[in-house]
Amino acid sequence: MSNHQLLENENKLETAMGKAYLCERVVMRGKDLHHELGGYDWLRFYLFSITGREFSEAQLTILNFFWVATSYPDSSIWPNHVAALSGSARSTASLSLSAGMAVSEASVYGRRPDRKALDFFYRTGVALKSGETLEHFVESELKERKRIYGYGRPLASIDERIPHTLTLLRELGLEKGNHLNIALDVYRYLKKTRGLSMNIAALYSAVAADIGLTLEEYQQFMTPAFIGGMVPCYQDGRDKPEGSFFPVRCENIVYGGQAVRDW
Amino acid sequence: MSGKYVYHSSIWKEEPEKDNPFATKTAYCHGYDVYGDVLKKASWFEYLYLMFKGDKPSVQQAMLLEKLAITLANPGPREASVRAAMNGGVAGSRNAASLMAALAVGAGQYGGGHEVFIAVNAWETFGTDLNAWQQFLSNPNQGYEEDIWLPIEHAPGFEPNGESFPLTLRLTLEHLAEISPGSALRWLLNQREALELHVGYPLAMSGIAAAAFHDLGIGSHQASMLFLMLRLPGAAAHALEQRELGWKTFPYYGDSITLKNDPGSSATPNVSEFNL
Repeated sequence: MSNHQLLENENKLETAMGKAYLCERVVMRGKDLHHELGGYDWLRFYLFSITGREFSEAQLTILNFFWVATSYPDSSIWPNHVAALSGSARSTASLSLSAGMAVSEASVYGRRPDRKALDFFYRTGVALKSGETLEHFVESELKERKRIYGYGRPLASIDERIPHTLTLLRELGLEKGNHLNIALDVYRYLKKTRGLSMNIAALYSAVAADIGLTLEEYQQFMTPAFIGGMVPCYQDGRDKPEGSFFPVRCENIVYGGQAVRDW
Repeated sequence: MSGKYVYHSSIWKEEPEKDNPFATKTAYCHGYDVYGDVLKKASWFEYLYLMFKGDKPSVQQAMLLEKLAITLANPGPREASVRAAMNGGVAGSRNAASLMAALAVGAGQYGGGHEVFIAVNAWETFGTDLNAWQQFLSNPNQGYEEDIWLPIEHAPGFEPNGESFPLTLRLTLEHLAEISPGSALRWLLNQREALELHVGYPLAMSGIAAAAFHDLGIGSHQASMLFLMLRLPGAAAHALEQRELGWKTFPYYGDSITLKNDPGSSATPNVSEFNL
């Protein structure tokens, strides 16, 4: 390899993604932003910006629900806690919400499980289509990768979003999706064999697979998913006395390290 | 203990003032009195090493960390993370936002924190086994599982857009290898050409930094954090510089962006009644 890629691209960007002709017009993915996309509601527009594709009303409704139903205004939840601390420390709104969104790309919740769960369902769908049994695939997965994202949930055993999601899927006629059925079958198997529960990452990812979102598209779509819950937490921290969001006493750092020593 | 919630730490201990349980009378870092002892006796890099490693560094270790910090402190305004910070500074964004931009961009796998993370893990796995390194560099994604980090697109620690080993990096590697108490940097200095020949492109700063962190006994997560932190001074300085210089002298790339699927102009709405 060499620097030819740098030399070739030094003063040019050819793209199909978009461009702003300032004072005139803006193009996104081949469509005029104001003429053709200006009438979109924001979620449909965001999905178009991610994928360049259009989605059915039922798909948009369930994807909208993903965002609404994961926006918990509870400041004990980690990204919300960040936003609340930021408000309590009198940082700005944008810094606070950006920080909360950034930490949502977490390992025990949020974007990493989302992505890994979606990958699991796509791989499971292919395996089942090729004749493998679900039980065998799940056991192989657990042997090779130790866990299946979307099953088991930190801090809670029942995911309260699941009944609401299933009800809405049924109302929208989306309850027969192949990957959704795989998710439920995996749950039944893991519950029977290991007592594991299903969390919302499994259900949402399975629906995303049925809708046909790629892993990258799904992560980008879910990136702002918690922000609706962060805002009230930020406001609460901001509106209460400075520094008063769950203040910590010196003695509440439980120290387990080296004894006092001289430098 | 009066509060209901506690944080566990083997790094930090605090004792309160008598009149306020939330005010710190004494703070200890790994057992050392920070304000009563460390402040008077330690250098910044001795303290930094202590915080991450749990013990005072040797003179050589502190020196290596400090010299590494000098080499990382300012990648310069061409580098992506610094450019990101400048894009914050030039338009008067919050200072924290400029640093957040530098951290986000500088976290990546092309010259950033995650590349260092991968390379430090490789040091821990392959040590100074040239053959093992070459196998790894030929196929760094072996065993990759789907993740928020995409598969890396080049040999970790090397510069796929490079032609030859630049003088700045040569001087860095030679000096760090000379003062290092470990063997990784010296091995890298000696094997650089063999590795570059195998990979097909030159060693990068991320590769040198990873070897330095390994010589300091610093693991991959710690190395990733330190790499991100130690590159912030340049991002901050250049963001502030652009804030002062202003947007009129800052590049605006719009003229060089060409659309492959331009639908063309549509009529602008007639709003003549507003007398704009």
